[in-house]
Amino acid sequence: MRIAVFITCLADTLQPQVGRALVDLLERLGHQVVFPEAQTCCGQMHINTGYQRQAMPLVRNHVAAFESADVVVAPSGSCVGSVRHQHAQVAHRCGDAGLAAAAEEVGRRTFELSELLVDVLGVDDVGAFFPHRVTYHPTCHSLRMLRVGEKPLRLLRNVGGIDLAELPDADQCCGFGGTFALKNADTSTAMLADKMRHVMSTRAEVCTAGDSSCLMHIGGGLSRLRSGTRTLHLAEILASTRERSWMP
Amino acid sequence: MSDARGEHVLLGMPTIPHASTVGHLRGDEPFPDAARRELGKPQLRRNLGAATATIRAKRAQVVGEVDDWEHLREAGRAIKAATMARLDEHLERLEREVTARGGTVHWARDAAEANALVTDLVRHTGEREVVKVKSMATQEIGLNEALEQAGITAHETDLAELIVQLAEDKPSHILVPAIHRNRAEIRELFLRTIPDIDATLTDDPRQLAMAARRYLRERFLTARVAISGANFGVAETGTCSVVESEGNGRMCLTLPDTLITVMGIEKVVPTWADLEVFLQLLPRSSTGERMNPYTSTWSGVTPGDGPQDFHLVLLDNGRTAALADEIGRSALHCIRCSACLNVCPVYERTGGHAYGSVYPGPIGAILSPLLTGVEDNASLPYASSLCGACYDVCPVKIDIPSILVHLRAEHVDAQEQAHRVPTGESLLMRAAARAMSAAPRWVRAQAAARAGRLLGGRRGRISSLPFPLSGWTASRDLPVPPRETFRSWWLRERGSDDGRERS
Repeated sequence: MRIAVFITCLADTLQPQVGRALVDLLERLGHQVVFPEAQTCCGQMHINTGYQRQAMPLVRNHVAAFESADVVVAPSGSCVGSVRHQHAQVAHRCGDAGLAAAAEEVGRRTFELSELLVDVLGVDDVGAFFPHRVTYHPTCHSLRMLRVGEKPLRLLRNVGGIDLAELPDADQCCGFGGTFALKNADTSTAMLADKMRHVMSTRAEVCTAGDSSCLMHIGGGLSRLRSGTRTLHLAEILASTRERSWMP
Repeated sequence: MSDARGEHVLLGMPTIPHASTVGHLRGDEPFPDAARRELGKPQLRRNLGAATATIRAKRAQVVGEVDDWEHLREAGRAIKAATMARLDEHLERLEREVTARGGTVHWARDAAEANALVTDLVRHTGEREVVKVKSMATQEIGLNEALEQAGITAHETDLAELIVQLAEDKPSHILVPAIHRNRAEIRELFLRTIPDIDATLTDDPRQLAMAARRYLRERFLTARVAISGANFGVAETGTCSVVESEGNGRMCLTLPDTLITVMGIEKVVPTWADLEVFLQLLPRSSTGERMNPYTSTWSGVTPGDGPQDFHLVLLDNGRTAALADEIGRSALHCIRCSACLNVCPVYERTGGHAYGSVYPGPIGAILSPLLTGVEDNASLPYASSLCGACYDVCPVKIDIPSILVHLRAEHVDAQEQAHRVPTGESLLMRAAARAMSAAPRWVRAQAAARAGRLLGGRRGRISSLPFPLSGWTASRDLPVPPRETFRSWWLRERGSDDGRERS
């Protein structure tokens, strides 16, 4: 299958290795990966901070960039959630019904990684090998906006050599919430503290998730604490094989 | 509309007033400031953490036993949506039926009008003391304070409301207003405030309840006027209903001569068949019980039984304005169960006082600004990480996260209209939107961001940034932007897809 990568502004700039792992994984599974160069950002930060009118050029740009793609994948549950559930609403609010219809079309063909693998490509064993102790954080938008359910865990359970530890209170938010982490930094930190306490209680080497932004938040906290636990995107674990590990 | 000459005359849309400034819908400070203070109270954090975890587990268990829970939720949502669409007709029906059964209906545009109405009604009885059933509407309008100014003492009879009143505190939860206090604190409070209390009182919950019972019995037996709210008002028979756990509400609803009920206009349901749906949804969602211990219903006046003088005050106080908001109006579907508070990671850590309004938590973060107008509660729509846990548990399926995002947009639009000079945040957002609206500009902006590498510490981590990013680096590192973006790696490794396709 020909799969277009929507890298997301955050992974593009701050976590390019996540995108490289995603390409590596999909090509290993025999698919053709393309990168529509016109893409920039889905506008979720603008939309969720109240700047819907200002987000319109971003929505328009995103729809134009991915309109011709058959299937789109992104390493972020919340960006997929924004494309799928918010773009059409924003276009409607700003009075552009044509854009709203086009955005809905793009949204229908845009998937988070575990959805793409399990639902679209029909695989739950990607032949990965990752001999480390790992705990999985489900991330709010993957869990409650996209309803990915057990799909990421099914993929992880089939990884060779993995030692999967259950995360206590896994469904609790890590406290990121985009600009929430800046506007309500103290409350966000209190939420992060509990998330990190639970991650560390698993004695996992790696905390993984399907969303680069939540991982940047949890990883930023774990790094500050010199905890020794690192964060890796689900794509990096699934891309790892006996020959090549994506564990730094 | 046409005038005498048959020409069209534009009358314009009347502006719909928001809630009056009287009452308790607005805090004194923005949410982040109040939250910072509340987060610094370790006992509060422990009390809230323990209480919300317990009630979350109870709710999950009793909801899990209902096979058709999702159908019930959908029925609740649909009934509320249909009722709101013809709210005027249902309210007039309610008024007719209550009146036909010997009650008197009053309409209050806002808190000030409702307080004046109730105060006059109590004055007319000649009484100086009233007993109160737990009620959010009367908390919202600040009725107790208004009565006090008129020389009338209002005694709260719900145990938790009594605790809050004795402590001269504010409620911090819709259902469990004293959730922020533990039993040791309550024992100390009772010993200090209840006259002639047994000095050997311990913090055993039963002993505390018995002490409150003795204190309240005197009030029940002497009071001649009671004031209540209403969970529901059934239009077809003019029936009001109060749902409770303690039976103290029923004491107030049956013993006094005069009963005054203050009900928000959104509490009307058309029929008893509709009420049935909510009586299943509410107890499981709120207290985690299959059925609540006491459900009282009354229709006007029953000669020789119960209060012989009944007044129903129908309260607007911003509800019509909320109804005019196409996206926000479903906040009026709320049945005040508090399930969203108990699952909210923000509420669990800050508690209810941080919200400044009697309606805290996720529902309060949308309801309060909808009632007051968003500019009067501008920080509340941002008091959420948009995690969505509230939407999942709401028994009437209010899409709280979407309404939060909508109200944020209303706030930003209002700000942009009010200020000729844009705010700093607005300038940053506009600059970011411009940079991200086309790939070439975005690539240049990324190159600038890589200059951030200069800020990097020894371990490839940034640990200190200026405002507003200092909010991030106070407790988290930020990775130093790598030398190469994904895009430039792709172009270097694979060349341009777009170019290949064109050739």
